[in-house]
Amino acid sequence: MQWLRKDLLGLEELSREEIEFILQTAESFKEVTTREIKKVPALRGKTVVNLFYEPSTRTRVSFEIAAKRLSADVINIAAESSSVRKGETLIDTGRNIEALKIDIIVMRNNYSGAAAMLARHVKASVVNAGDGWHEHPTQALLDIFTLKEKLGGIEGLNVSIVGDIAHSRVARSNIWGLVKLGAKVTVCAPKILIPPAIEEMGARVTHDIDEALKKSDAVNVLRMQFERDEQNAFPKQLEYFKTYGITKERLSKAKKGIIVMHPGPINRGIEIASDVADGENSVILEQVTNGIAIRMAVLFLVSQANENIKHEDTD
Amino acid sequence: MKILIKNGRVIDPGNSLDKICDILIQEGIIQEICAPINTKADRQVDATGKIVLPGLVDMHVHLREPGREDKETIESATRAALKGGVTSLLAMPNTEPAMDTPENIRLLKKIIQGSALANVFVTGTITKARKGEELTDIKKIKKEGAIAITDDGNSVDSEGLMLEALKRAKEAQLLLISHAEDKAFSNKGAVNLGIISTRLGLKGISKESEYARVERDIELAQKAGTKIHIAHVSCRESVEIIAKAKKKGIQVSADTCPHYFSLTEDAVLGYDTNFKMNPPLRTREDVQAIREGLASGAIDAISSDHAPHTENEKEIEFERAEFGVVGLETELAASITQLLHSGLLNWGELIEKLSLNPSRILGINKGLLGKGLSADLIIVSPDKEWLVEKRALASKSKNCAFLGQRLKGMVEYTICQGQIAYEASSHQGAGQIV
Repeated sequence: MQWLRKDLLGLEELSREEIEFILQTAESFKEVTTREIKKVPALRGKTVVNLFYEPSTRTRVSFEIAAKRLSADVINIAAESSSVRKGETLIDTGRNIEALKIDIIVMRNNYSGAAAMLARHVKASVVNAGDGWHEHPTQALLDIFTLKEKLGGIEGLNVSIVGDIAHSRVARSNIWGLVKLGAKVTVCAPKILIPPAIEEMGARVTHDIDEALKKSDAVNVLRMQFERDEQNAFPKQLEYFKTYGITKERLSKAKKGIIVMHPGPINRGIEIASDVADGENSVILEQVTNGIAIRMAVLFLVSQANENIKHEDTD
Repeated sequence: MKILIKNGRVIDPGNSLDKICDILIQEGIIQEICAPINTKADRQVDATGKIVLPGLVDMHVHLREPGREDKETIESATRAALKGGVTSLLAMPNTEPAMDTPENIRLLKKIIQGSALANVFVTGTITKARKGEELTDIKKIKKEGAIAITDDGNSVDSEGLMLEALKRAKEAQLLLISHAEDKAFSNKGAVNLGIISTRLGLKGISKESEYARVERDIELAQKAGTKIHIAHVSCRESVEIIAKAKKKGIQVSADTCPHYFSLTEDAVLGYDTNFKMNPPLRTREDVQAIREGLASGAIDAISSDHAPHTENEKEIEFERAEFGVVGLETELAASITQLLHSGLLNWGELIEKLSLNPSRILGINKGLLGKGLSADLIIVSPDKEWLVEKRALASKSKNCAFLGQRLKGMVEYTICQGQIAYEASSHQGAGQIV
């Protein structure tokens, strides 16, 4: 298979084959990260810009390490210190960055659709590192990669996603990716945190966490984003922990060997108990490690595709 | 100036007329209609194979002047109107300043006098600054020339105030136009609430935000014993509520816009802000209901809700982008393409929705072709296809939901107040405002 997309904006538009191709590519890059010298020259001479409009440490650092292991140069731009504060539009910012002759823009933005908009206006590759509530494709890819590593495959798995589904780009990307690869996805949350018609994306809805866990091969626990609770309508933290928190006690009644994932940063004692986060079912830190391989694969593939597009242009 | 239109198929539902004949115009007035006319004219137009219709009456247009001349001016909007076959339009009052005092309306009428290229009718607001807090002086606003009141863009949230407004509108014999939206339900949304808002990760605007307010406003109008007009209907439930009210004999009328019978919410999937409007594009089911509502008569009129915005306000993140699309230049062709060529409406029914009915709702002497009437009419090539292109739009703003689409039905001539005001050039292209 040849990768043809210059951008990675979401998993919704990807085919099963494309997702599998990224996972496959990531496997070979994971091998690189276990070597003594963890660097390959795949993106030597290329420049990757991390353009982050929202505070993020783990995703930004993960992309930075991934780019550096591919021998790319990396520039980090945080919105706080940029001209965004001076009222520059996203398109202008994108064009200005592009004028610096860079190759890939990795963007985190608080507006849904921002990555798609940027991609329409720049020739550089755009990798979506999270846009509003819309998608966070590399997070879902690393979740799926980790699951596959642990359980051998995705087809036929039961995966639950628990937490604030409505405001979660991680949930959306995971649903698209998992469903395309043949998993059965259940989303579990109080009603107010389930977005309308989510079933049409292929997910089943339940409000009963124990019921969800009983059948699940894996559970992806989302961070409760209390800062988003503008209308003060979310359940209170303690109440949420009681009803939906992943505890040892709950896990003892769950499917044996259930894998516990979390995109981080975790709120101990709110959506997940400390002893679960650190316990034997948890793969949370392995997810972080796998994130590098996934992001190396994505940066490598979009860069190659863009090279091909440029060559076609000049032919 | 004597203009003779020869051999067109003249369709005028108000006079139950549909036949091939000639029209003679002199001194701005239709002198003769529907006889073979053989006289020497300054200008003779061959309308063979073309349709001659009353000029469109668009009852929902945002001219943006005064205040936002960067988006549109009365001159540029009326230029766009003529190009789209619109000879009369109703200006919404949400300008800067809003049309909430007789002085502001006087100022607006002065600009209209100086620069309008088509017939422009004006509205006043229901409440001061459209805040829904304090009623305007409706009688004075009428005296200054407003033919309707509306807080368009906002609904009057207070039930008591809305009832009082309707009572005063009745006293003043002025039409009240309702922008039916309960903002508590629309919740700062950007698209229709449902699978598309979920997929896009955007806040949704529920249909309830519209139809609950349609229902309330109709009830209040009934209570006040007066008529009410519901603007830009977008969903099935609203159509049903209006149909039911009409059956009961309540004096309610309604309009919808071409985007609501042409496009579904799926159009928004690429985050193209030219599909962002309020109310939002709805589901396939709603589009079907709007079409059926037009056919059954539940919906009386088609307006454009022409809402120009600059590129700076549209070419930004979807949530931040302004609501609204321009539509004066595409409403006729979109209607012909979607409603006539699909067989849903015939010519007479179509032009009723676009011209006669809005004239009747507004109580203005337009939408008719008759001897002695001011000559506002258009000559249309019914099957001619054209591509909607940014660069060809006469409006100052280019935020059109039909960009890139091929539409059927092209305005060849627009005659406004007896003058040839727009003429499509014989070549392909933008045409000329005369």
